Amino acid sequence: MSKILIFSILFLSATIFICMFRAIKGPTAADRLIAVNVIGTKTIVLILIVSFLLHETYFVDVAIVYALISFLSSIVIAKVIENSGGKNI
Amino acid sequence: MKDIVVTMFLFGGLFFFMVGTLGIIRFPDVFTRAHSASKCDTLGAVLCLCSLIVLEGLNMVSLKFILILIFVWTANPTATHLIAKAEYTRQASLAKINGVKKHEDI
Repeated sequence: MSKILIFSILFLSATIFICMFRAIKGPTAADRLIAVNVIGTKTIVLILIVSFLLHETYFVDVAIVYALISFLSSIVIAKVIENSGGKNI
Repeated sequence: MKDIVVTMFLFGGLFFFMVGTLGIIRFPDVFTRAHSASKCDTLGAVLCLCSLIVLEGLNMVSLKFILILIFVWTANPTATHLIAKAEYTRQASLAKINGVKKHEDI
């Protein structure tokens, strides 16, 4: 079981690096924001799998706070994009 | 038996994460990328969290997992919808500044 969890951690890290490509390159600000949002979701799953591997249950609280802050930040940046008046940030 | 169920759910979630990442890289437009990212957010995360709940059993920690699952399932599609709406508003105001007629396609 532990080998499968370690494999899934490595796979998630590889997909995070592929998403980072779009977050750096993306032509508009909304592209970058979508990529960062997906990276946040993958990080939540990664923290939870690491909490299983290390038998540390307080990592679950860290994941809850990470989900809340990620949602709040993407709402605020979407509001900034909406009020930017047409120009690409 | 439990290991088989956990492995199936975990690999299903990883498959959806991989497909969503491929869509984010390969699709040509912002809105199609938002569509692909929404699949990645809901199905991938929910299947991975379900596998961890089955692995944990029923106790206080798995209740916190269910809390995270419900929050992710509601909040992430809302965030993707807001981003797509903001980008649509930006492109519409850009067309108004550059003088596109009302009956012309944007």
